[in-house]
Amino acid sequence: MTFSLSFNGTEHRRPSRLGRVLEDRLPYLIVAPAILVLLLVGLFPLIYSLIVSFQRITMTDNDTSFAGLLNYAELFRDTRLWASLGHTAIITAIALPLELLIGFLMAQLFIDRMPGRQLFVALLVLPTVISPIVAGATWRLLFDVRFGPIGEILSFFAGEPIRILWTVNPAYVYPAIIICEVWQWSPFMFLLLLAALSNVDQSQLEAAEIDGASYLRVLRAIILPAIAPVIAVACLIRGLDLVRIFDIIWALTEGGPGSMTETISLYTYVQGFSQFETSYTAAISFLVIALLTLITTLVLKRMEIAR
Amino acid sequence: MRLMKLPTRKGRVLVLRYIGAGVVTLLFLFPVYWLFMISFKTPDEIYHVPPLWMPGQIQFSNYYVLFKDGDVMAILNSLIVAGVSSAIAIILGTLCAYSLARFGTGGENLAMWIISQRMIPPIAVVFPIFLIYVYFGLVDGYFGLIVLYTAFNLPYVIWMMRGYIVDVPLELEESALVDGLNRWQVIWKVVFPMVRPGLMATSVFTFVFAWNDFLFALVLTRTEVITFPVMLTHYFGGQSNFWAKIAAMSVLGTLPIFVAVTVMQRYLVRGISLGAVKG
Repeated sequence: MTFSLSFNGTEHRRPSRLGRVLEDRLPYLIVAPAILVLLLVGLFPLIYSLIVSFQRITMTDNDTSFAGLLNYAELFRDTRLWASLGHTAIITAIALPLELLIGFLMAQLFIDRMPGRQLFVALLVLPTVISPIVAGATWRLLFDVRFGPIGEILSFFAGEPIRILWTVNPAYVYPAIIICEVWQWSPFMFLLLLAALSNVDQSQLEAAEIDGASYLRVLRAIILPAIAPVIAVACLIRGLDLVRIFDIIWALTEGGPGSMTETISLYTYVQGFSQFETSYTAAISFLVIALLTLITTLVLKRMEIAR
Repeated sequence: MRLMKLPTRKGRVLVLRYIGAGVVTLLFLFPVYWLFMISFKTPDEIYHVPPLWMPGQIQFSNYYVLFKDGDVMAILNSLIVAGVSSAIAIILGTLCAYSLARFGTGGENLAMWIISQRMIPPIAVVFPIFLIYVYFGLVDGYFGLIVLYTAFNLPYVIWMMRGYIVDVPLELEESALVDGLNRWQVIWKVVFPMVRPGLMATSVFTFVFAWNDFLFALVLTRTEVITFPVMLTHYFGGQSNFWAKIAAMSVLGTLPIFVAVTVMQRYLVRGISLGAVKG
């Protein structure tokens, strides 16, 4: 298709000097703009932040004198910080396996050919692509104790009026957040696992069926090993997203009641933008980065061993 | 009629699967349905006890209010910021990816550094960026947000496009070079058509990421370039939530994404599966 074009004389045109320089240096020329942007917006703020984290800047006091590790020492005494890390861990530990499980079951449901499958898949993608703020707002409306439909539906099944203050009652805020989170991201797991499942070797599955192997055995011996790499990648992506969860909680509970559902991202935001503890916020940021780097490295190590 | 012909085991399984598929889809789409319905309800219907499953009639006053009050500017801002930043990220990222894939520029280290940029949590950089933006007067302007979203999306674009470009047969490019095309022409006329499906999928995701971002926009906008997720949170009042506005704004803000995903659907499924299988 494109080759007919090439004989129209381009081969005889000698490139100009500038043209030759552009061509010789091309590998670097086309890398440079992207790297420049990344350095400017990605690396520069981090370095700046690292310096600030050793200083004593607050909202009222632009004190740039160096405080050594003072801010980092403060991290260990900050109970609210560790509580927020705990909240983040709880949400991640419950939501991630749930999303994986539901996504897998959905993928199993749709793996075999059935007319109209494309339409179902297209519809089920919707929660994943909408803004997390919209997701949070939607569930806030659904959960509303007086005008929301969830209380109504629960009452119908229970046979008696059920009135739950989902986003206020300490016993129900976590279920509310996790329901919303799982609703939004199970379809993501579903899509990845559907693709992975359709790549499982069909002849092996057929052979197993002929041998009369039970479903659980096929799952353990053939399916899971085949899709393990995709599961690992999916869990890494979602795990990293869950550790920095912000939007859904902002829309649903704003960290409340009190600071009961305050995650590490929300806490960092509060320190930086309502308390204006500039230097301390920078120190928290580096704690977060260190934690995420640790998790990522550990997961990647495990994945390599698994292979 | 068809059910009569399906007493076989296979047929029963298929019927059960359709029932399962229906239930799952219903569960996952009910929240979207509810939001959609609220956006057409009158205040009386929204605050009705028990809740009404459907508005008495479709009326657009909730949307009309958004246009009258100028709130739709937030959608326009989002379109500009997400659109321009995605376009820039795609162009710069694809070129960079080509260099990494074909010339191995910077080796494995550069590739790893780029993907590690993706791992940095936004909350860790948003604060220093805010301080720098205040210093340079970039807060509450298009430029600042566009640069930020471009940088935010670049690692993703580079990573995805590198994968697609590696898959283009090297012989195709070599024969084109022998035929006298220069590198730029090779990229444009040989590589670009080959990676177009991947490029489409990547573009959609890039746009969606920028469109849905909340944290950066929350911190870096004030009044002028408020994007739609930030606008939405403005409606969460202390005592009463403006449900009508929340619902109508959410629908308006989801529409562009819905259109993009639907139009690009055949590319998306391929894009997602390729990306996942490659790991």
